[in-house]
Amino acid sequence: MMAGSVVTRALQPFAALGAFFITTSEVVGGMGVMFGRIISRLVRFAFDRSELLKNLYKMGVKSVPIVVVTALFTGGIMVIQAAPLVQRYGAHGLLGWGAGFGTLREIGPLLTALMISGRVGANNTAELGTMVVTEQIDALRALAIDPISFLIVPRFIGIVTTLFLSTVFADALALFGAAYAGTGILGVEPMVFYNGLTSGLLGLGDVFHGLIKSVVFGIVIALASCQFGITTSGGAPGVGRAVNSTVVVSAAGIFVLDYIVSFAIG
Amino acid sequence: MIELSGITKSFDRPVLRGVNLRVPDGCLYGLIGPGASGKSVLLKIIVGLIRPDAGTVTIRGRDVFAMSDLELQEFRKQIGMLFQNNALFDFMTVADNIAFPLRRLFNLPEDEVRQRVAERLAVVSLPGFEDRLPSGLSGGQKKRVGVARATVAQAPIVLYDEPAAGLDPVTSQKIFDLLRAEQRAAGATVIMVSSDLDRLLTVTDRVGMMYRGQLIFDGTTQQAQESTDPYVHQFVHGIPEGPL
Repeated sequence: MMAGSVVTRALQPFAALGAFFITTSEVVGGMGVMFGRIISRLVRFAFDRSELLKNLYKMGVKSVPIVVVTALFTGGIMVIQAAPLVQRYGAHGLLGWGAGFGTLREIGPLLTALMISGRVGANNTAELGTMVVTEQIDALRALAIDPISFLIVPRFIGIVTTLFLSTVFADALALFGAAYAGTGILGVEPMVFYNGLTSGLLGLGDVFHGLIKSVVFGIVIALASCQFGITTSGGAPGVGRAVNSTVVVSAAGIFVLDYIVSFAIG
Repeated sequence: MIELSGITKSFDRPVLRGVNLRVPDGCLYGLIGPGASGKSVLLKIIVGLIRPDAGTVTIRGRDVFAMSDLELQEFRKQIGMLFQNNALFDFMTVADNIAFPLRRLFNLPEDEVRQRVAERLAVVSLPGFEDRLPSGLSGGQKKRVGVARATVAQAPIVLYDEPAAGLDPVTSQKIFDLLRAEQRAAGATVIMVSSDLDRLLTVTDRVGMMYRGQLIFDGTTQQAQESTDPYVHQFVHGIPEGPL
């Protein structure tokens, strides 16, 4: 009896590890199945156009203020962090290159994705989850409407498009913020900053590097938010849990895929 | 004909245990029974929203669960449904909720859609509510909008889950009379779940009683009212003492 309980306790970490792998497999598998269903509707153009427009407005246009604030201050923060080194080595001419390199390849897409995940992804899960627990999804199906075509595909396109365009916008604004902070903090003239940015050390490849990431991050946020939303159960507490899962999985997915994409495309 | 054979379904516990049911074409069938006896789950199984663990559902000669997703989606155009919690789309106005099946399934001209929406709202005593959102309606008003949406497409098969819940007695009787009149006019096959037995039994042709996941009675309305089965007698006549 005693030996049995000791063995059980000893096996607990393995049980926890197994449970973690099963849960992870369910989440990743569910997102994979969802992705397949979305692609099958996309190739047939079987999605609701008016819902797409509504979602592009709700997700994209209404995210502009938060993207503006985040991007401007991000550019400024980069200059503040770089200021001691720039002053110590007199590398004022490299400020534009440094800010551009960090912003376009990494900070722009990453921070924009985290902001969109919090604002749009969480909201998307809450909306879908509420529709599930109030039987609205069942009502759609009973009315012979495919919820994937009507609800999921427009949201998927909306999130991916929003993140891509927001990243382009955020990149530009962050560089503007960096240039402004460079002038204010380090006395670097805007033209010097611009020359550093366009001196040839940065290329279109750096821009595309960040934009590819934004599309990948958008897909992760869209899949996680739709998957957790559409599989919500357990009433209002269930909606809360689903939103929480979306934020956690999206953030983790963004960092993991950031590493993989950075490694893969150099 | 709606025919259910050996329907079994469990979630955490058994909810339906071998339900057999036949609802003839053109019949208004009342499904009654205490709470949590499986009535709402049975309606969702009939429309194919929940897959049973065992058993078959045949509607107009077609096995609902043998159809592909696309076939089932097409088949559902013949079915109207009112959900227990109304399931109104909360991001749409009242008018858009009611017009939804007409616009999506029948592609009617917008003038005709608006006309039919106004007519439905008048019938459920909510004229002028077109631009309101569901969140601004009372429980009874939501129920009436749900009834309007379930009936607007004039489907040949309609399932109502508690069509009069939350309504005052006068409006409740009006709704039952309306649904009966429309069922007769269209010759529709209707299954109606309701706890308001006094009114429900004034409109039904046949009645089935569910208890603990089983159909323990199936007969005409008159047979239900005169039944000597202790469960049916107690439930139909609302007697506090008894086996229920």
